[in-house]
Amino acid sequence: MVKGLRPEGIPQNVCRKAVRYQQSGGNLPVNKVAVDPQSQKTIPLKDPMLAAFLAWLVPGLGHLYQGRTAKAVLFFICLTGTFLYGCYLGSGDKQHDVGWARVVYFQWDDDDIRYSYFGQVGIGLPALPAVVQAFRARHGKEPLFGGFMAPPRPVAATGPVHGEDLAWKALANQPTLDNLNSELRGYFELGTVYTLIAGLLNVLAIYDAWGGPVFAQPRREEEERHSRKKDEKEKDKEAEPAKA
Amino acid sequence: MNYLPLAAFPVNFLWYALPLVVAVSLVYAATRHEEMAPILSHGLRVGAWIVGFMAIVIAIMVAMLWWVSD
Repeated sequence: MVKGLRPEGIPQNVCRKAVRYQQSGGNLPVNKVAVDPQSQKTIPLKDPMLAAFLAWLVPGLGHLYQGRTAKAVLFFICLTGTFLYGCYLGSGDKQHDVGWARVVYFQWDDDDIRYSYFGQVGIGLPALPAVVQAFRARHGKEPLFGGFMAPPRPVAATGPVHGEDLAWKALANQPTLDNLNSELRGYFELGTVYTLIAGLLNVLAIYDAWGGPVFAQPRREEEERHSRKKDEKEKDKEAEPAKA
Repeated sequence: MNYLPLAAFPVNFLWYALPLVVAVSLVYAATRHEEMAPILSHGLRVGAWIVGFMAIVIAIMVAMLWWVSD
């Protein structure tokens, strides 16, 4: 390890990458570069926090900002495609007219707490209309765009509580959760799974934009480290009886 | 032997797993490599692993179904 190279707050693994990088004549700050241990290629991460935010906002946008175009395209197609297909599965048709993308909605009351949304929102912007619709309903305004990503109607008004009563009135024309399940049948769950997985996968992509790929350690290096540890343990064992 | 429970097994729904397997394996592989060639080969391996794992689970479930419906 080059003495004094690691600034405070830079983790050990980043520092090892940085040593290799700086030895090869690199000139970017150590926390803004990732190094492929096999090909020794450097990956500029630019501003990692901004890249992570962009990667959350639109899948692949963070990588595009970093100039990693191929991965940006891959993430965009895989993640947005999965999310949109999930929305399609969770939409009604002429026969079962329940509106579009009913599997992505935000709701937090006693009858229905939509935990899935916390995974779905990992996809960023595509899932944010659900927050707008929930906010409107909470303030007594009817959902926009025919109920696109709007929360379902609560089963019953739970009393003269101001917020809930307003939401119930605003969502009076919307299907209930039971209606959604019966109209969309298994596709409600299927659409939920698709959109949830797309959101969760984007968390991996966000990490990739922030810290670079999680390269597997080259096998030889790993084996050497393992055998070194084994030798040290054996030496310790031999030294113990000698001390006694 | 009663084959009725097996007939009710929603085999068609399994096709919906295919796009998910592709997306999951490619995205996972892309977080482990930077170049396209290793991403695709790693993605293929991950996809094969997931399909194999699903096949084993389905085989166990079908065997249990047989055992229960017998």
